[in-house]
Amino acid sequence: MKLLIAFLAGLLMSVGMAISKMIDPQKVLAFLDLSGDWDPSLALVMAGALAVYSVGYRLFIHKPAPLFDKQFYLPTARYIDKPLLIGAAVFGLGWGMVGYCPGPAISALSSGSSGTLGFVLAMVAGWFVARKLKIS
Amino acid sequence: MENFTPVSALIGGALIGLGTLLLLVGLGRIAGISGITSTLLFQKEDKLWRLAFVLGLVAGPLLTTLFYKDFSYSTPELSPFTLAAGLLVGLGTAWGSGCTSGHGVCGIGRFSPRSLAATLVFMLFGVLAASLLF
Repeated sequence: MKLLIAFLAGLLMSVGMAISKMIDPQKVLAFLDLSGDWDPSLALVMAGALAVYSVGYRLFIHKPAPLFDKQFYLPTARYIDKPLLIGAAVFGLGWGMVGYCPGPAISALSSGSSGTLGFVLAMVAGWFVARKLKIS
Repeated sequence: MENFTPVSALIGGALIGLGTLLLLVGLGRIAGISGITSTLLFQKEDKLWRLAFVLGLVAGPLLTTLFYKDFSYSTPELSPFTLAAGLLVGLGTAWGSGCTSGHGVCGIGRFSPRSLAATLVFMLFGVLAASLLF
């Protein structure tokens, strides 16, 4: 059951990225690029996702446990620190260069595009390097 | 703003919200795509549900094609520029502990100040890069 839930969660998110066209880097760049013909669609993707998640979170988080596990696994870090801010800035630069954040890039792997595969492999290399080279 | 697609953006966004919520309600987990995928690749614990989640991500566009006949989307060229962007996204999401899904949806959705700060910073730098480059 856990595996089915995890699969369906990934599937729903991915279909959402496909329908909203967030999977298309040109659509994302049309939102991030304020200098051209600006397309505000991505703001509504975020708004739609947040509306559902923030309400659902409030309704369920008071339960003693999730349906198929014994506890909630929530992030414990509290402070806005240097790794968070530097990491977010570096991520933002890469996002604005091509228009891919991790979700759409992984979802688009099924297209068979060599550019998408190259992006994902470079991203995995980045995850590996960042594990060795920590910011303190 | 002739390319503005508010209806599909809201419907797609709501589905993303449902997916992230399902992972919380079912497994008690934050649906952060960078965190789940990198943990799947580089750590030993709890690999199976993470693998199932990533397979769901990959299957999404294939399912969409079945229902939505003229579904198509662009992909980037394979170039040093694309690889450099991928490397930055990998480094940044690992150092910053999250990406658009983990910070932008799940983090802001539970009013985490860290995630709000991270989202403002990656949005700002994304806008800067895209606006100056294109």
